[in-house]
Amino acid sequence: MRKITYREALREALREEMRRDSTVFLLGEDIGKYWGGAFKVTEGLAEEFGEERVRDTPISESTIIGAGVGAAITGMRPVAEIMFGDLTALAMDQIANQAAKIRYMFGGQAKCPLVIRTPFGAGVNIASHHSQSLEAWFMHVPGLYVAVPSTPYDAKGLLKSAIRGNNPVMFCEHKLLYPIEGEVPEEEYTVPFGLADVKREGEDVTIVATLYMVHKALSAAEILQKEGISVEVVDPRTLTPLDKQTIIDSVKKTGRIVIVSEDCKTAGVSAEIAAIIAEEAIDYLDAPIKRLAEPDTPIPFSPPMEQYVIPDEKAIIKTVKEVF
Amino acid sequence: MQQLPREMLVGMYRKMLEIRFFEEKVFDLYGQNLVPGTIHLYAGEEAIAVGVCTALQRDDYITSTHRGHGHCIAKGADLKRTMAEILGKETGYCKGKGGSMHIADFSIGMLGATAVVGAGIPIAVGAGLSIKLRKTRQVVACFFGEGASNQGTFHEGINMASVWRLPVIFVCENNLYAMGTRQSRIMNIENIADRAVAYGIPGIAVDGNDVLAVYEATVKAVERARKGEGPTLIECKTYRHKGHSRVDPARYRPKEEVEEWLAKDPIKRFREKLLQTKTLTEAEIQRIENEVAAEIEEAVKFAMESPYPEPEEALEDVYA
Repeated sequence: MRKITYREALREALREEMRRDSTVFLLGEDIGKYWGGAFKVTEGLAEEFGEERVRDTPISESTIIGAGVGAAITGMRPVAEIMFGDLTALAMDQIANQAAKIRYMFGGQAKCPLVIRTPFGAGVNIASHHSQSLEAWFMHVPGLYVAVPSTPYDAKGLLKSAIRGNNPVMFCEHKLLYPIEGEVPEEEYTVPFGLADVKREGEDVTIVATLYMVHKALSAAEILQKEGISVEVVDPRTLTPLDKQTIIDSVKKTGRIVIVSEDCKTAGVSAEIAAIIAEEAIDYLDAPIKRLAEPDTPIPFSPPMEQYVIPDEKAIIKTVKEVF
Repeated sequence: MQQLPREMLVGMYRKMLEIRFFEEKVFDLYGQNLVPGTIHLYAGEEAIAVGVCTALQRDDYITSTHRGHGHCIAKGADLKRTMAEILGKETGYCKGKGGSMHIADFSIGMLGATAVVGAGIPIAVGAGLSIKLRKTRQVVACFFGEGASNQGTFHEGINMASVWRLPVIFVCENNLYAMGTRQSRIMNIENIADRAVAYGIPGIAVDGNDVLAVYEATVKAVERARKGEGPTLIECKTYRHKGHSRVDPARYRPKEEVEEWLAKDPIKRFREKLLQTKTLTEAEIQRIENEVAAEIEEAVKFAMESPYPEPEEALEDVYA
């Protein structure tokens, strides 16, 4: 099968959906023909679809999202790009109070098919305002869906589902994933929300990981295999809705679980997944639940400090060994 | 005024009365503990919603605020379902999920009231963008107060609508007080309309208690919007008859100021004008008042007799 990058996979999803449905349009800062998006995801799309449908905006995050909401409830399918995930804080009212609640508050009269694409994640030395992993914020807002694709295949398939769906979606990307390559079929496909993917089958221990951590978990699993530990890696792919069953089934099989997530540990993605296992699958566990996440600090700038706070293969291997 | 059809003038008067009587009724019901939560009454500001909405078509959009009952009624919302929503009943517009601060009727282009001050502005901009992309001839009227004009969304939203020439009419209802804070304490300008200069669009301040002045300003703004020339900021100077919310006695407002504004009551003024111009007779006005009062009674009866939603309906409508 052909291989393309995560960035190209996202671009293909956007291009195909824009060709398929004239109500799909893009808006965001510098996404058009002069720049093509800070991470070049939308490069070339303005040339094909024009500046009306690939719309450069002022630096106004709140109104980028609010305009997305207004367009979505009046018949369009906007895909808004927020240049860095950290900047969703500027648009939080429109995301959490408007997009997420507009259907509910009005008794189901509205549908809000708005997709908000944004990159999270640390590792490129751009410090506290451009490196956070804030997926858990959005898990805490009923009315939003949260997608966390880790591969080009999932990125394309989930983005297509997000655009075709009728709910607001926080589409969380990771800036280190854009250049990675993976198999993506030429033919049409979508990936449904709420369906986890077992990225590697194993017998002895389950690692649940998201976004870039999936790749670190997979390389840790490779090393652990040589040491005789068979690791199963489960990627939820969407945090809302969350496929609890696939996670629980894996825990039933292995009896051990390590949750690896790049966000802060307190009240984060790993906390929610750990709570679900504690509530619904504790009887299948042979060891306590272990979590590996970032410590509760902002992301520091200097490379040695930044690398220190991001979970890596070594830390994953060490944590896995603690459950035996 | 002479050029306007009599039917239209009478319709405007009737709508203003509907809002006034409706709000008075809500005030009473609240006093009887029949309205859960809080309410923000539109009494005193009727000329704005009615003046603006009379200049709109049925398929045009509006966005509204926490003080939104008047906007709904002016856009043509059903009084019964509006009242039922305020009482938290299943037959309400939002099946009891929204209440007084979140009424919507998408079938008449009423895109809903948001209770976050200034948050409706970006949404109105998005509806305007949608109109532009769908190439229809609709427009959006976006209601907000002078307090909202200090939010970042005002700056972001009007700038964006201006640069994209979106068909949005920004209607600032300046009732002088952001909750209890007088305008002069929080901004160094008198006219919010002056802020339009910063966005390169027309800004006009009108007497918000003169329904015809509001109507005429809106007609011009709508015409400009439909021609693709972009947004207009209309500031309507007005005053709320009651406090910010039902429990607020509004002691921060000087007595003389309140009296001065009560004398400028938009309904009283319009009634006098209609009588002077012999558009309506005293008897006709009395008949309209009786009809509207009966209509409101019917709405209250409907709302009171309607059941509350089943508690577990709270779990519905989170996702489409």
